Amino acid sequence: MTTDVHTWIGGYPFRDVPHPDADVLARVLEREGVSGAWVGHLPSAFWRDPSPGNDALFKALEPWRGTLHAVPSVRPGWPRWEHAVRAAAGRGAPALRAYPPQWGMGPEEPSMRELAIACGELGLVLLLTTRFEDARQRHWMDSAGDLSGAAVRTLVRASERVHIVVCAAGRALIEEVHWGLTPAERARVWWDISWVWGPPEDDLAHLVRTCGAERFVYGSAWPLRLTQTPRANLALLPDDVRALALATGDAIVARAQLAAKR
Amino acid sequence: MSSPDRDVPLAGAEPLIEVHAHFLHARCGRKDWQERNASRLRAGDRIGVTVHVASILGTWGHTSPIYFPSPADVTLGNDEMLALQKRESGRVRSYVTVNPNDTEHSLREIERCLAQGAIGIKLAASRRADDPLLDAIAEEAARRGVPVLQHVWQHRRRDWPGQEASDGVELARLAARHPDASFILAHIGGGGDWQHTLPALAEVPNVYVDLSGSGVDRGMLDRTLTAVGASRMVWGSDLTMETGLAKLWALEVIGLSADEMASIRWRNAARIFPRNSFPMLAVSASTVGAR
Repeated sequence: MTTDVHTWIGGYPFRDVPHPDADVLARVLEREGVSGAWVGHLPSAFWRDPSPGNDALFKALEPWRGTLHAVPSVRPGWPRWEHAVRAAAGRGAPALRAYPPQWGMGPEEPSMRELAIACGELGLVLLLTTRFEDARQRHWMDSAGDLSGAAVRTLVRASERVHIVVCAAGRALIEEVHWGLTPAERARVWWDISWVWGPPEDDLAHLVRTCGAERFVYGSAWPLRLTQTPRANLALLPDDVRALALATGDAIVARAQLAAKR
Repeated sequence: MSSPDRDVPLAGAEPLIEVHAHFLHARCGRKDWQERNASRLRAGDRIGVTVHVASILGTWGHTSPIYFPSPADVTLGNDEMLALQKRESGRVRSYVTVNPNDTEHSLREIERCLAQGAIGIKLAASRRADDPLLDAIAEEAARRGVPVLQHVWQHRRRDWPGQEASDGVELARLAARHPDASFILAHIGGGGDWQHTLPALAEVPNVYVDLSGSGVDRGMLDRTLTAVGASRMVWGSDLTMETGLAKLWALEVIGLSADEMASIRWRNAARIFPRNSFPMLAVSASTVGAR
């Protein structure tokens, strides 16, 4: 049972993305043999207030309730953001998305720490996005920059209940954060494999060997990127690590919910 | 997710030519060079690559810049590439890499390396593609019937450190000046705005689009197909073989005919490289035909 934790529906402001719709995503997952997905609302990442996108997201995913799991966005510091976090938990979201670079929030942003803590208290995973596109192709109005390692480390350390999935990170960021945390802290961070290089550099194999397969989770960045990429990356792993099991979305949620009850 | 059968190539058993590959060597400053080379060949076998057409850019920055290699490093890299081709003659073919700022050396290297079995010319980012300095090399490519693989930064909007990169518009100018030469536009997924490149190539039939690169944007393959057609698309991976495999799998579900798929996988490459460049292909193709 593989869940793709890194998908969205909706358009992207800087280029045309073909068919970014829930029904297409459901078909793609079936074709790829992926059992379900955590789904965000892509336009919301670029809105000052993402909350209207959350309603649209839940409505669009309703016909696929058992497969496509809404991951709404909450911008901390916006009036009634705490209510939005509780509402997301009440609607059964496994995680919340936040986009600090797009919202102009640096690594020390206090409201992001508050959001991380609030997620932890409700057993919600906090899902962060390193990048949407390769830095070399970005639109001239897309000046946000990548999520920094300092930002991730700060949020992990905000509370022992914080559980974070970081999407679209490459080897450098993953290693910077992983080895910059205590063992207990790094056990609460997972990385999707959508942007990790395979052979011949074999970054994914290296990371699985050094950080542990359990720190990684399946993600594709659909609809921005080809959904076949993580499957290809896993298929090309060297023999000594091919059989190792990645973390699953369900297992990460279970960890977050268990921590919230303590 | 089900595990693929280890005996069946991940991208199928039909012939597959990788037109954009690289290898390392002992003097490029990386202790893991053998491991990386072995990894490429191992992954190629898993994918089902029939032949890698590859280049080595000098010493990969160790003793002169990657994209501005010294003549000595150019020669060293080419020697290493030819040696690798000799060792792996069943699955590796060579480009001869040149730095066109030294025209005489470039032409000598082309002559020397083609005589030793290289089958194409690699131009990196030592000089803008539409610079008249490249004309002598393009003329030589046309005369000898070998393609030129040109490193391209899709929609270069400024100069980037360490290279004098070209974009699709600039390569199209060179190709228009040399209609009898074949040019491979490197890595449409290799960085920059690929959407800018595609319209630039519409009316330049002697430019082929290499699908390699770490970029796997949805829409890239479909729009390339619309812009230039399957007859001008060639497959490669460059530095990331998992994205190459993902693109092959994606091509299988965008509505291509078997003929179009074969064109992209190998027929186009077999057409633009010199005749008899891929003797292993005849074996592979006959094997496929017999299945």
